[in-house]
Amino acid sequence: MNKINNLADLRKMKDDLQNKINLRVKSDSPDAIVQIKVGMATSGIASGAKEIMNYFIEEIEKRNVEALVIQVGDMGYCYAEPTVEITRPGEDPVVFGYVTIDRADEIIEKYIKNGELVEGIIPANYHSID
Amino acid sequence: MNKYKMHLLVCGGTGCKASQSNQIVEQLNAELESHGLEDEAKVVVTGCFGFCEQGPIVKVIPDNTFYTQVKPEDAKEIIEEHIIKGRKVHRLLYVDPTNKESVSDSKHMGFYQKQIRIALRNCGFLDPEDIDESIARDAYQALGKALMEMTPQEVIDVIKKSGLRGRGGGGFPTGLKWEIAAKQASDQKYVVCNADEGDPGAFMDRSVLEGDPHTVLEAMAICGYTMGADKGLIYIRAEYPLAIHRLKVAIKQAMEYGLLGKDILGTGFNFDIELRYGAGAFVCGEETALLHSMEGHRGEPTVKPPFPAESGYLGKPSNVNNVETFASVPVILLKGADWFASIGSEKSKGTKVFALAGKINNVGLIEVPMGITLREVIYEIGGGIKDGKKFKAVQTGGPSGGCLTEKHLDTPIDFDNLIAAGSMMGSGGMIVMDEDDCMVSIAKFFLEFTVEESCGKCSPCRIGNKRLHEILTKITEGKGTMEDLELLKNLSGVIKDTSLCGLGQTSPNPVLSTLANFWDEYVEHVIDKKCRAGKCTALKKYIIDAEACVGCTACARVCPVNAISGERKMPHEINQDICIKCGACYDKCKFSAIFIK
Repeated sequence: MNKINNLADLRKMKDDLQNKINLRVKSDSPDAIVQIKVGMATSGIASGAKEIMNYFIEEIEKRNVEALVIQVGDMGYCYAEPTVEITRPGEDPVVFGYVTIDRADEIIEKYIKNGELVEGIIPANYHSID
Repeated sequence: MNKYKMHLLVCGGTGCKASQSNQIVEQLNAELESHGLEDEAKVVVTGCFGFCEQGPIVKVIPDNTFYTQVKPEDAKEIIEEHIIKGRKVHRLLYVDPTNKESVSDSKHMGFYQKQIRIALRNCGFLDPEDIDESIARDAYQALGKALMEMTPQEVIDVIKKSGLRGRGGGGFPTGLKWEIAAKQASDQKYVVCNADEGDPGAFMDRSVLEGDPHTVLEAMAICGYTMGADKGLIYIRAEYPLAIHRLKVAIKQAMEYGLLGKDILGTGFNFDIELRYGAGAFVCGEETALLHSMEGHRGEPTVKPPFPAESGYLGKPSNVNNVETFASVPVILLKGADWFASIGSEKSKGTKVFALAGKINNVGLIEVPMGITLREVIYEIGGGIKDGKKFKAVQTGGPSGGCLTEKHLDTPIDFDNLIAAGSMMGSGGMIVMDEDDCMVSIAKFFLEFTVEESCGKCSPCRIGNKRLHEILTKITEGKGTMEDLELLKNLSGVIKDTSLCGLGQTSPNPVLSTLANFWDEYVEHVIDKKCRAGKCTALKKYIIDAEACVGCTACARVCPVNAISGERKMPHEINQDICIKCGACYDKCKFSAIFIK
């Protein structure tokens, strides 16, 4: 290990080490940031949900979007996989179906950043109990 | 560096380690590897989550799923169901004791909702043996800020303004303590961390040291900077091997990064920290006794003044603070005095860690804002009394504290209110009692502890507590008189007034507070020779109900002292003079014909 020689180095080091615990920091206040839940059951994975999930994880970091990507089980929309449920802070969740890389890009740019709805929304047909 | 999508946090506190959390970590890693997921999910061993009742704990990030009472063999299911398929393992979720519903994530658990974690902020969050994780979470930033951007007096002013008071029990303003130590002129000064946690059932200091050692090291260095000390000593009991191990690892890593040692962060400030082991004597939590023990002398207190700030370790000015106090310092410097002072009550700022124990559903470690009520702590965070029993009392402050009753349930908890109610904050033990607890026996139990732990130096404590204990024993044996109750009161007053140190000055508290709050129960023991909780064996009376007894002779045969007589098929009788109240007949009777009076 190298010595840390001054406060500026310590601060830089702190920033560089963020990704070690970033996931935990974000999960600590999940309701304050956008939550992206990707349905990763058998049908989801078969339709490419894994690539979509990786795409979200990489892109939100590249584009500096404060969001948490969570892997969940089957959401019940097997006909429309891959499905992604997005919850903006304080708003009701919205489910997008048939998500492709292009559409994921659109979702990040329009819905996650500005709350603008894009195509592919699946109307909510259930109530979740906490 | 790897981009993990999930973190599996496994509690590595002493409690969970004792229930095989090490094996859980091994199994989780093995399962991840066998599924080729070692780059997707990472297992992190953290400090205590506080929810010790339901340990070992495994928390899955990012969805905050909180698995309780996990066994090593559950690892396979967690990985295959949760990590691979995204389905929670329902049988391992926490079940709310009040409505019996399982709660999937920790954000919705009553246990965590009312807590504000400052001293415990990194416990159950970071890997305590990896300094990089701590640095990512602001460790040593406050030290850097103090050294580079603040004068020692400015640091002291911030701590003073924050209203931080000593968390070890004394409640002395920390900033003022630092200022006094800073004003002493000496060639050598010492910063001492009191990690001699002695209250039965209290384990907050251990948990902080096990879960977030760097915070304490950093705060000690900050304190050293304010008072001009280049040496820090941690007095820790040898019976905390895991905390000692984590501290050693942390000190080594901090030295390697140059965050401790010579010329810290290029500022020319030097600070070293060493450990000193205690043998676990309760009195060594008292600062003068602690210092003597560190010097290699007997752990006995001496009269103050001189205060340690004037003449402490090896006769040099020393500042002694408790672990939890230190743990609050770095955050205060980073977030500001006003932020800290905005939490808590008027005269007690910030938060306090309590160890919940006894007849309560959620036994564990909690950190709550000062000024919260006992009701909130017991019913909302603690999940209420075990087995639906009735709340009777709560003992705060350990053996030196007092019992509070139902009428205190809505009193805001802070240093001054607890003292006004006849108890004290102490180090933050909270033992909850229900209707099955006998208050005289409870007082006797705590006295037993103080009698044992009294160092014997001053007579009021050595002899007085012994006598108190004898009188209490007499009462629980049904031989007490009303004069004994008066004597208890007077003697307690004398011990409090004349003892040398905090141990003796507070040891009669359990007696005084139970006398004040449960006078009726004492009188019952003395006059009616009755213990309503059925705890005092000598006062129990087993009686056979002649109408219910069928004369099966089962009780007579099981009685070890042949106290039961009677003809076959005729009602039996217990000779009270011979009966040793073992309860064997009571357990044996199939007709519920034996009752306890």
